[in-house]
Amino acid sequence: MAGSGTSHLRQHEDVVLRVENLTVEFPAKGGKVVHAVSGISFDVLRGETLGLVGESGCGKSTTGRALLQLPAPTGGSVQLDGEELTSLNRSAMTSRRTDIQMIFQDPISSLNPRRTIGKIVAEPLEVWGPKAEDEQWKLVSEILDAVGIDPDSARYKRPHEYSGGQCQRISIARALVMEPKVIICDEPVSALDVSVQAQILNMLEDLKAKYGLTLVFIAHDLAVVKNISDRVAVMYLGKMCEISESDELYARPAHPYTRLLMDSHPEPNPNAEIDESVVLGGEIPSPINPPSGCRFRTRCPFADERCAAEEPTMTMVSEGHYVACHHPLAEAS
Amino acid sequence: MYISYTTSGRSEVVSRGTSTCWEGVALSSVDGSSSTPLLSVRNLRTHFDVGGHAVKAVDGVSFVVHEGMTLGVVGESGSGKTVLSRSIMGINTASNASTTGSVRYNGTELIGKSKRELRDFWGEEMAMVFQDPMTSLNPVVRIGRQLTEHLRAHKKMSKAAATELAIQLLTWVRIPEPEQRLSNYPHQMSGGMRQRVCIAIALACSPHLLFADEPTTALDVTVQHQILNLLSQQQSERKMGMVLVTHDLGVVATRTDEIAVMYAGKIVEKASTSTLFSDMRHPYTQSLFWSIPKTSEPKHTRLSAIVGRPPNLAALPVGCSFADRCPYVQPICREVEPQLTTDSNHSFACHLPVGSADADAALSSNIAQGLAQSEAAAIRRDAQTGASA
Repeated sequence: MAGSGTSHLRQHEDVVLRVENLTVEFPAKGGKVVHAVSGISFDVLRGETLGLVGESGCGKSTTGRALLQLPAPTGGSVQLDGEELTSLNRSAMTSRRTDIQMIFQDPISSLNPRRTIGKIVAEPLEVWGPKAEDEQWKLVSEILDAVGIDPDSARYKRPHEYSGGQCQRISIARALVMEPKVIICDEPVSALDVSVQAQILNMLEDLKAKYGLTLVFIAHDLAVVKNISDRVAVMYLGKMCEISESDELYARPAHPYTRLLMDSHPEPNPNAEIDESVVLGGEIPSPINPPSGCRFRTRCPFADERCAAEEPTMTMVSEGHYVACHHPLAEAS
Repeated sequence: MYISYTTSGRSEVVSRGTSTCWEGVALSSVDGSSSTPLLSVRNLRTHFDVGGHAVKAVDGVSFVVHEGMTLGVVGESGSGKTVLSRSIMGINTASNASTTGSVRYNGTELIGKSKRELRDFWGEEMAMVFQDPMTSLNPVVRIGRQLTEHLRAHKKMSKAAATELAIQLLTWVRIPEPEQRLSNYPHQMSGGMRQRVCIAIALACSPHLLFADEPTTALDVTVQHQILNLLSQQQSERKMGMVLVTHDLGVVATRTDEIAVMYAGKIVEKASTSTLFSDMRHPYTQSLFWSIPKTSEPKHTRLSAIVGRPPNLAALPVGCSFADRCPYVQPICREVEPQLTTDSNHSFACHLPVGSADADAALSSNIAQGLAQSEAAAIRRDAQTGASA
């Protein structure tokens, strides 16, 4: 929904990434402004996976990129291990990039087709790591092995010789080679077949255990996000609706939009009821001119005057479960 | 249930699987008589000649679709599901493709007909909704003309009558302000709206058979829900036969009467929807189902991935195409190709069908030999029996 507020941020010594009131705006024609992300706050503990879920246009990818300062957010704060990234100058940010890496959606187009796998994975090392080729190859071959790619045969091959799933493994290897503190995964499995998707998700879990990774996992598939995440945040039109530990969120969604997403998700269960009454009226509003108050109100069945006048802020519904809604769904009703 | 998002409430399409429609189909196919099926596909093969090698995209597929029934075709990329629907429609344009076998529509053989002859069937008898609503509409032609084009060609309607029907069609697919929308170009509409327009175009001449090839893959989940509801509502109102092609077992689970699972150009398992989900017999179907993350499972549930990749369609292995990835694999699987056998309306092509004593023994011996894919399957099986015990 359209909620702001920071009451859901945790006072924990092991917070590795802390984002407060993150705002990303882009200029549009005629002096207008696209409000891509408006006042998002969240934190991620060391070794935790945070899932960001929402439909296209909700700002989840923009959020992921803003964490890397690509482009730098319009406002708000991004703290990595207590260090503010938004105020760093270019060269200082460059040296911090080793700590925060990204994996992209399309594994094939994110690898340079003209370079060999050995060079692709070693590229971050060219900038920040050891320069000697033997030392580089030692690190690269270790990491390729960890992602299930045979290093010796891969060294002189090029991306077109690999399938989509294997290319995604190589992208993951490239992100891992710097031993980052946080990895942003932007829809890493949505271009893959389900059988390959399962391989990559399992591998991410294994790598997480092995290297103690902290992940921000961006995806549109509710089941994928639930499977991999410790906590899940739901976004709509540049705002955060709800954030909670994932089992709790899926068992007791408190936001009408979260509920709608879950009812729309097709479960492979023939006995699941098709709720034909779940029809969302209208279209997602334009981020150039978002609705006042709660941004979900134009499509929400419970909207009233208060939703138009006043933006809801994050409030606690139970331990660790926060929702930004004036009319949160109660369990009993 | 505590939210009611609309007004319209539920329609009668809700319960499927055990519906009378499926039982009717089952009965008629048992006694082998009764009416001719709407669509009958026999031993259909589409091979592409690539550098002297035959790429067997569709390799001996047979099924029937009756009026008012929905068949789901499920498979991963490269399984041949799209080529299958295009071959049936007769719209495989590649010059290196050769299609053999039989496709009978209401008793009329379609294979071998020229494009000119097929034109009488397209639109009026059978129509298709494609995956990508962005590319299946002409970007420089207004929606109105794209909708009325074949009404005027097939039904010889006047411009005014066709426009009136076009407005009616847009209302059916729940597009608000249909009169204004007629003068829109596709780029002025959202993805979901465009897919609705594509469905309206497909329904324009009241076809009896509708192919929907991944109709919701490019759409968001809430929009997908609306489009699937729309399709099943139109299908039941018009008593159409429908073939719903998808990679997503979740999409077909609640909206089909029968499901055919494809792997490497062949149907490996086919059964009524409820039977398929309650009693998977082919290891591929089972593995595919296990590899899908489910919202009903707790977080960090270990997924049972299928090892390896689908085989190269130009160089299929001897025996079963799934053998290299199968947890139950035995020497016979690499020697003899299993044939599709039918047991009380449930067909599967496997030497060691899941649930048989042979399959259990094979799995145990594979685990003893340390076969990676078997270990994953065994963990999954034990987790399931543990949960149910």
